[in-house]
Amino acid sequence: MSVAKITFSALTLSTAATVAIARDQVQIAGSSTVLPYASIVAEAFGENFDYPTPVVESGGSSAGLKRFCEGVGKNTIDIANASRQIKPSELEVCQANGVTDIIELRIGYDGIVFASEKGGNEFAYTAADWFLALSDQILIEGKLVDNPNQSWSSVNADLQDQPLKAFIPGTKHGTREVFEDKVILAGCEATGALDALKDANGGDEKAAEKACITLRTDGVSVDIDGDYTETLARIESNKNGIGIFGLAFYENNTDKLQVATMEGVIPTVESISSGEYPVSRPLYMYLKQAHLEVIPGLKDFAEFFVLDEIAGEDGPLAEYGLVADPELETTQEIVANGQTIADAN
Amino acid sequence: MSNPLKTSLLTLDARTKKRNAAETRFRAYGIAAIGAGLAMLILLLVTIFGKGLGAFQQTFVTLNVPLLEEKLDKNGTRDLEKIKKVSTFGYAPLLKKAMEETLTEYGIETNLKSKKQAALLSKSAAAQLRNYVLANTDMIGETVEFTFLANARVDGYLKDRVTRESIANDKSINAAQLDMVDALLAAEVIEKRFNLSFITGADASDQRPEAAGMGVSMLGSFFMMLVVLALALPIGVAASIYLEEFAPKNWITDIIEVNISNLAAVPSIVFGILGLAVFINSVHLPQSAPLVGGLVLTLMTLPTIIISTRASLKSVPPSIRDAALGVGASKMQSVFHHVLPLAAPGIFTGTIIGLAQALGETAPLLLIGMIGFIASNAPDSVASGFLDPNSAMPAQIYEWAKRADPAFYERAWGGIIILLVFLITMNTIAVILRRRFERRW
Repeated sequence: MSVAKITFSALTLSTAATVAIARDQVQIAGSSTVLPYASIVAEAFGENFDYPTPVVESGGSSAGLKRFCEGVGKNTIDIANASRQIKPSELEVCQANGVTDIIELRIGYDGIVFASEKGGNEFAYTAADWFLALSDQILIEGKLVDNPNQSWSSVNADLQDQPLKAFIPGTKHGTREVFEDKVILAGCEATGALDALKDANGGDEKAAEKACITLRTDGVSVDIDGDYTETLARIESNKNGIGIFGLAFYENNTDKLQVATMEGVIPTVESISSGEYPVSRPLYMYLKQAHLEVIPGLKDFAEFFVLDEIAGEDGPLAEYGLVADPELETTQEIVANGQTIADAN
Repeated sequence: MSNPLKTSLLTLDARTKKRNAAETRFRAYGIAAIGAGLAMLILLLVTIFGKGLGAFQQTFVTLNVPLLEEKLDKNGTRDLEKIKKVSTFGYAPLLKKAMEETLTEYGIETNLKSKKQAALLSKSAAAQLRNYVLANTDMIGETVEFTFLANARVDGYLKDRVTRESIANDKSINAAQLDMVDALLAAEVIEKRFNLSFITGADASDQRPEAAGMGVSMLGSFFMMLVVLALALPIGVAASIYLEEFAPKNWITDIIEVNISNLAAVPSIVFGILGLAVFINSVHLPQSAPLVGGLVLTLMTLPTIIISTRASLKSVPPSIRDAALGVGASKMQSVFHHVLPLAAPGIFTGTIIGLAQALGETAPLLLIGMIGFIASNAPDSVASGFLDPNSAMPAQIYEWAKRADPAFYERAWGGIIILLVFLITMNTIAVILRRRFERRW
């Protein structure tokens, strides 16, 4: 028993001492879309600097920003990755918890693609098609009705006769918001349903938009809360399924997936960076200025991340599927000056 | 009696026949159930080994790399700080050159640009080269033979995961590169062999699945198990000895007993939330640390250990206690000198099974930050083993399974094989302990 006693007390002591021990690596959490990019940079950073490799956790943009806003100190994360911009409500939480000086870095763009199982029907979509396929209420002959569509050919006569089935990211994903914003809402407007909904809601635009992005709940649209791997598995088991993926995921699985065009444009790094492909979104990294001088390597890591060699057009991130930011230079300046969101305004 | 040869006088009446038939049917059901179970097990093992064994083999490329002085140390000072300034990007030209020279040496002709040629190598090659140069600055200017990992697509081609048909839309590799692989394979520059670094190595980023290994997360699991063992065993045994031998039997101990049994049935994710709230948010222990993981798993394992310890204490016959007390031993002496040694095999068996359960647990680790690109640094001391961020084996497998590149999927299955080996070993030890030392009365 005495051995056990010693181990036990030693452990209790080490537990008590833990709080005082300094942290020597950068800690990152957030969007699972940004996770691969952040880990590629973290790995290269660990190889080229004497600091230990930064730690990157996933969990989604919202979860990451929530942890980011918990406070300042060694026990909180240094960087939050997000596949969307930080919301005013999140900024307020941050402020309330003492995270006042936040540096916002746009690291590049990501395309959202619509893909189905390889060898199946090929599709050429427009935003309106997706609205008519998935929205709860659509406009038929000038009247708002519950969505009766059951097949792609009834949505748009040009499309194949294939039953409707879509696997879309769950609401905790940043990708979902972009999908709602750039596809469903755009389709809502294009089909004239937005105006009809506005009239139905007494001119309230906010309520009309909300009604637009309310998706049908009869099983045609399936929320995927996991990662793209889960979406891929669902498509493999349901030949009629169309899934929503990040461009990088698709490019790594071209042997299993075939991509659909959107508004006649094939999604590629080039068509997204030129702005031709309509469904893309910027990716962000949020940094605590208060940590810059305290956590060893944090500033070097941020500078390293936005180097032309890393985040530029020929860098490893672009090779993996990130669409390089044409204004990377501005981001580099923001890092160099430690410019916070408040400074920028 | 239609058969005249039958000599027995016993005639089965209809009811007996019915009962016998029922018994035969029941036996058949039993055999069918066992058969179904076995079939599932075989299916499981065949799938795991079929998909996972590939991860233990890896494709390597052997190249002679000229360590050019003008690229690595322009001034020829051999100053380590200056040489460190050359990042891994600065090493890429050396790899391109080495690849070009190898192609010329073997007379392999290709129209590919040198960047595409060098793309057959893993992205880890530049880092491997840089580490070597930093450790052996005196070798700058020489030509050194290196064995690099091949890119995951090349590796997949040798493992039949990547075929010429499947790469039609693939940006990372094209048919001309596969032709080059075939030629290099014939020249024995490229070969596939056992890959130890899958077992000993660290996790790698999404761009280089070929370099990822289980080693660091294995250490993470090891340190967590140390914490579980050091806490759950003494606490669990002390609690059960008190409850079983000393505590009065009244409604309070009854309530405690019921609660311990209930605790054993609590889903493990609940302990994860508890760990996040208590150990990280209140006590401010570091995130993603094996220490926290160990504490959470301790909570989960405690009921298992308490229940099995109490069972083995109960199985020691009261005559042993009575005899000890009869010759003048105190209550404590009778417990520690006689009862506990006799119950020890059962206690250890229970502990090992509890540990094995904890080793395979993923859910609580999700919540305390052990999923992601975490297991990238091997701990350099015992303290950092407990406190530095690390992953655990099942968490690493989960992480690999959800990454985009199909090569990671193979590694996830490979990781399952390693985890299974550990679990089977632990369970075997438990069985051996029970067989050899347990006494029955």
